[in-house]
Amino acid sequence: MNLAVRDIRHSLGRFVLTTIGVGMLLMVVMGMGGIYRGLVDDALVVTRGVGADLWVVQRDTRGPFAEVSRLPRSLVDRVAAVPGVTDAREFVFHTIQREHRGKPLRMGVLGLGWPTDKGEGLPLVAGRPLAQNHFEVIADESLGLALGERLRLGKDTYTVVGLTRWLVASGGDGIACFTSRDAQAIQFDEPGESIRLERQARRARAGGIDFGRTQPGVLERASGPSGAVAALPGPAVSAVIARVLPGAKAGAAQRAMSGWGDVTAYTGAEQEELLLKGSVDRARRQILLFRVLLTIISAVIMALIIYTLTLDKLHPIALLKLIGAPNRTIVGLILQQSLIMGAIAYGVGFALGTRLFPLFPRRVLVTNDDLLRLAGIVLLISVVASLLGIWKAMRVAPNEAIG
Amino acid sequence: MGEHLALEVSGLTKVYGRGHTEVVAMRDASMRVRRGETVALLGPSGAGKSTFLLCVGLINPPTRGTVAIGGWPMQDGPRSLGDLRRFRREHIGLVFQKSNLIPFLNAVENVQVVGELVGRPPSVARRRAMELLHALGVGPRALNMPTQLSGGEQQRVTVARALANQPSLILADEPTAALDSKRGRQVMALFRDVAHEHGTGVIVVTHDHRALDVFDTVYEMEDGVLRLATRAVIDAAVGQVRAR
Repeated sequence: MNLAVRDIRHSLGRFVLTTIGVGMLLMVVMGMGGIYRGLVDDALVVTRGVGADLWVVQRDTRGPFAEVSRLPRSLVDRVAAVPGVTDAREFVFHTIQREHRGKPLRMGVLGLGWPTDKGEGLPLVAGRPLAQNHFEVIADESLGLALGERLRLGKDTYTVVGLTRWLVASGGDGIACFTSRDAQAIQFDEPGESIRLERQARRARAGGIDFGRTQPGVLERASGPSGAVAALPGPAVSAVIARVLPGAKAGAAQRAMSGWGDVTAYTGAEQEELLLKGSVDRARRQILLFRVLLTIISAVIMALIIYTLTLDKLHPIALLKLIGAPNRTIVGLILQQSLIMGAIAYGVGFALGTRLFPLFPRRVLVTNDDLLRLAGIVLLISVVASLLGIWKAMRVAPNEAIG
Repeated sequence: MGEHLALEVSGLTKVYGRGHTEVVAMRDASMRVRRGETVALLGPSGAGKSTFLLCVGLINPPTRGTVAIGGWPMQDGPRSLGDLRRFRREHIGLVFQKSNLIPFLNAVENVQVVGELVGRPPSVARRRAMELLHALGVGPRALNMPTQLSGGEQQRVTVARALANQPSLILADEPTAALDSKRGRQVMALFRDVAHEHGTGVIVVTHDHRALDVFDTVYEMEDGVLRLATRAVIDAAVGQVRAR
């Protein structure tokens, strides 16, 4: 006869309520782990999705995810010429917040290197990759945009042609993929009035010097579009990404670029490490600490619950000793109850979590490894939690049953 | 000689406290109970009867003296609490004033648990428990929880539990206090039958003088001193009952 089960059956309501409470606590522990995993995964989803062997960024910067990096578009050709590099593309990434349908819409803007990259490698769940150089966008479904929906950004209107799932930036914002030209147009969009004022200022500056006054053509060019002024740089890209020949080592190409004074090159692994150690690291450590705290709190609460349940059973425990029950029977009664509570609470936490986590605004990624690890922790907590109750039970004298 | 005795107690003394707080609850008590013998222990409240049962039942160690149960001396060599507890579950049946049932087990499980503790298979322990409950007239209440039983029914379940491990010694402290006279007499008779059939020694502390004729030997205890009751004491006790 299993005494633990009999005792649970006797006070089923209280046990169930207590277990649900512990289960919800474990769900939070599970969720914190999931948020941590989600954060890391979200942070790496773009770098892994791009699949670059090399990230070439502005000299002494840590890349487009850590800080502003501006490079001339012409760098693509220079990188492509390095021995061992099979292809090089522009990488444009920035975050914008605009208004759409009367609500704020915050998104990461990712530029795809058209025509090499049309977004075929993206995790599409609906629609298609980009089919033209301009005015099309592949949006993550977390942005709430529908296929065929039109989105006004700057001076242009873009049509949603594809939807992805869980393509988000490290900050949790959904990513929208444009061609790199469109991404730059969105990034460097200026109002018409600002352009007119800038042209006027340039004309005034050119008119203020002899060269401008004597050469009307110069004055006319200075007041024209900025792209036509040779002295002005074109829109910058955030980085240049490159792939190396199959079997070749990225390190060789990286060493070749190390002599260039204007850029720094990172391998894909280095870029991931920079990302995790930089923007994500503090949040990651905070969540980890919070998770540890929650685990300790769960252990303390479980210990108190088991201890209280044991206090309620002191008379039956004394009685069991009186009729000669060995200590292992009494230890088994308390330990099994603790383990049953831990196991059911774990199940409750898992069941609730799988239903609630998808409703969270950010991804909660619960992996099988994490579930197994948490199961081990719950097992340990259950054993530790029962120790206080066992200690109390061992101190009960059999004659307390007849006192 | 020892192997024919269910219990042999010699010079048993129990002292609580020390120095000026010292209280002698039992003084130099000696008793021999043969296998199959039923013994009644009379005495006023506070005379030391329960202390005697606690010492003999290996629940409370005596300050001095020896206890041998079934020929096994309990003071021989180092015995751990675990050893004493094992001896108690295998050889001693206990019934106390309060019914003392485990609240989260139903009636039959309260009896069955003793059988399982001594290593019987659950089905065997349950069958034996049901037989005992039927014998004591609480068979139909076997699946009821203790709170669903009357005081008398609870006490009968406790008696069944004491008999479940077929002990060599039964110690009962006023087992019929909560029973009507008919049931009380039935319980006493059951003790006698068990004693005679299985060679079990039975010691019953009782104030119920109506059933004294069931017992082979009557002891009385007063101010911690144990002695065989004289015929006069027994007759007086029975006479008191008749006079009522």
